[in-house]
Amino acid sequence: MNPFAEKKSVKAVEDASLALYPGRATALVGESGSGKTTVARMLARIYDPTTGVIRFRGQEVKYKGARVASSLRAYRRHIQMVFQDPFSSLNPVHNVRYHLSRPLRVHGHARSEKEVTEQVLALLRRVSLSPAEQFIEKFPHQLSGGQRQRVAIARALAARPEVVLADEPVSMLDVSIRLDILNLLTRLKDEEQLAFLFITHDIASARYFAEDTLVMYAGQMVEGGPSDDVIQSPRHPYTQLLLSVAPDPDRVQQVINHGNTSVPTRGEIPSLIKPPSGCRFHPRCPHAMPICSQEKPARTEITPGHWTHCFLYDQPGEKPAKQAKIIDAKSVQRAK
Amino acid sequence: MSTQNKNNLLLDVRNMSVDYYAANGAVHAVRDVNLSLKRGEIVGLAGESGSGKSTLAYAIARLLRPPAAITAGQVLYYPSIQEGERRTAFTAALEQANSKITDPVNSPTQSSGVDILKLTPPQLRAFRWNELSIVFQSAMNALNPVMDIGTQIIDVLRAHQPERSVQSCKERARELLKLVGIAPDRLRSYPHELSGGMRQRVIIAIALALKPELIIMDEPTTALDVVVQREILDLISSLCKETGTALIFITHDLSLLLELVDRVAVMYAGKLVEVADRNNFYAHARHPYSYGLMNSFPTLHGPRRKMVGIAGSPPDLRNIPAGCPFHDRCPMAFEACHQVIPALRTPFADAPEQIAACHLYDPKITRTTQMPGPADLGRGYEIQAERSVAR
Ligand SMILES: Nc1ncnc2c1ncn2[C@@H]1O[C@H](COP(=O)(O)OP(=O)(O)OP(=O)(O)O)[C@@H](O)[C@H]1O
Ligand SMILES: Nc1ncnc2c1ncn2[C@@H]1O[C@H](COP(=O)(O)OP(=O)(O)O)[C@@H](O)[C@H]1O
Ligand code: SF4
Ligand code: SF4
Ligand SMILES: [Mg+2]
Ligand SMILES: [Mg+2]
Repeated sequence: MNPFAEKKSVKAVEDASLALYPGRATALVGESGSGKTTVARMLARIYDPTTGVIRFRGQEVKYKGARVASSLRAYRRHIQMVFQDPFSSLNPVHNVRYHLSRPLRVHGHARSEKEVTEQVLALLRRVSLSPAEQFIEKFPHQLSGGQRQRVAIARALAARPEVVLADEPVSMLDVSIRLDILNLLTRLKDEEQLAFLFITHDIASARYFAEDTLVMYAGQMVEGGPSDDVIQSPRHPYTQLLLSVAPDPDRVQQVINHGNTSVPTRGEIPSLIKPPSGCRFHPRCPHAMPICSQEKPARTEITPGHWTHCFLYDQPGEKPAKQAKIIDAKSVQRAK
Repeated sequence: MSTQNKNNLLLDVRNMSVDYYAANGAVHAVRDVNLSLKRGEIVGLAGESGSGKSTLAYAIARLLRPPAAITAGQVLYYPSIQEGERRTAFTAALEQANSKITDPVNSPTQSSGVDILKLTPPQLRAFRWNELSIVFQSAMNALNPVMDIGTQIIDVLRAHQPERSVQSCKERARELLKLVGIAPDRLRSYPHELSGGMRQRVIIAIALALKPELIIMDEPTTALDVVVQREILDLISSLCKETGTALIFITHDLSLLLELVDRVAVMYAGKLVEVADRNNFYAHARHPYSYGLMNSFPTLHGPRRKMVGIAGSPPDLRNIPAGCPFHDRCPMAFEACHQVIPALRTPFADAPEQIAACHLYDPKITRTTQMPGPADLGRGYEIQAERSVAR
């Protein structure tokens, strides 16, 4: 890629590949501006990728050419998003019944008034808002942040999706409520076999909720694999940076014993209008070598399923066996 | 107050209560809070949203506006008055007042301290920024968008030190930017040209401008990215240590608080429920609410396990339940908790500075000398989780 040829376009996401599986969650972590939301929006097809392929249950989802509209409508039914801000994602003039009955009607899951009421109540129970009969008449201002986020989740479930894209669903909530929501999402994932993309900048909650974790930096995926592997033995220097800055009360023991030993972080995420050449992390990387600014590091498999893009690791590893993918996005990109 | 503490004591909040008067009854946002702070000490104030943390901070700074009213209490402040040192603007303002009306209460030479709640408007002006500065929740957006940041820093300096020359103000502004890790040539930048983290650094620079003894920061990093948050926390920590500034750091997120602070104070429903040295708190949080907070965020280490958090939500502060305000959510609650309000006590032989307001640690009420350990509290929460209520 010649950065000068595309001066005006922001490659918000470049060459991102990810797969989601029923009953599993993939966490997408990275600092602000790394392109996490953009990935989710491409998967939800709010944005069209500039290039690349998205497959749903093996079928390519078209975004160019004939029958785009029907292909898209069929796809969107199965994919729902939950957003960060439970205060602005619900309309203050409408009650809970309205918010949940709309998607039921739009997707043709309920027709008569009685059917709608029954299903709305069932949805409220699924997200543990009980007594459901009370919550159904409430307005957003009568709900706490956590309860609003439950309504937002129920609204996503109303379309009967198979995939939920949750963009920082807990970061605006009080710490004590975050865990409740994470436990609710875990139940939906395990018991109802929903596939989740879970965007967060809190690595600890990625480990708590998601089986797999992907780390994104400046629009590129730099490391990925089983959450415990990525978080307990991070390989990419950027993942190591993210972990070193994560709030970690267990570090208190270290501080008590040895004083504050935190390493200073260096620099900021680069502008994506003219991203650094080679490995995009090289200006901030403590291990950067001459090759890092010249070439893009290829993907290296470290242990089965755990991979990274970094010149520090270039021995090939074994290829792991894969489960059937429900979403398979290959090399999707988006320029703005 | 012990004599040993006397010279070190900076702030002593006594029996502070604050109400908000609303149409459907008074909200008792702060209830009989006692909290003291030593010079240079960093205290973390934690608790769920709505527990009264910001209200307490604003009351200390005398920034509350109607419908809020301080219904009781004192905020005793002990200015540093060392022999031979140039008088500060604040002590000068106090002395000026005393020469006219001899008010023994607000004489700085009294070891009883100065009651901030009784300061006259000019005294209060001299107190703010010089002695105490405050960084608000979402402070990043508090900068004036049509003024470059240099002018904004210099304005604060000039307003409080009118005798200072423009040149010297500029010097100090450069110095301050350097202190918070921003290149001094950024003086001419406008807020929109800076990232969120840089704007927060500028706010911290302004808070430090007049070398106050105490800074209050109310959730200063909640709007920031993880990496930037860490940088700001490290910056705050090193600056406070370097300059000997005391800090009250307010947050709902204990996970980031513990690394920073010397002491932790936990608030629930307007009351302090536990105060402890950071190390003791980390090792053994006594109050069931503190224990619940400490176990409500996922961790980076150890085996992955299901966590349960605290059931229910904080009470309506217009209508606080009888007895212990936490009893309807507390997994350890027993009969006494429904009737008797627990007082803050120091029953811990191994941690004399740790205080908690909980009947479990009162042998007169439990009628045993046995006190529950962390494992007992953990088990209580697990049992409770099976019948949890949605929030
Ligand atoms: N509408 C837009 N126009 C131009 N650039 C955009 C737009 N939306 C996003 N970007 C840019 O794309 C990049 C990725 O943004 P994105 O919102 O996907 O990041 P993110 O990882 O979700 O960040 P955050 O953690 O702050 O939500 C950023 O550099 C951002 O400035
Ligand atoms: N301006 C106000 N009018 C009425 N009630 C208020 C006002 N500001 C805060 N409160 C109430 O006071 C209580 C404590 O609020 P606050 O001090 O902001 O808590 P925290 O900072 O711990 O989140 C809450 O119940 C809140 O609803
Ligand atoms: S490729 Fe080079 S610059 Fe990039 S992370 Fe690895 S060592 Fe650092
Ligand atoms: S006093 Fe009772 S209800 Fe309150 S925290 Fe202690 S055990 Fe729980
Ligand atoms: Mg985003
Ligand atoms: Mg607050």
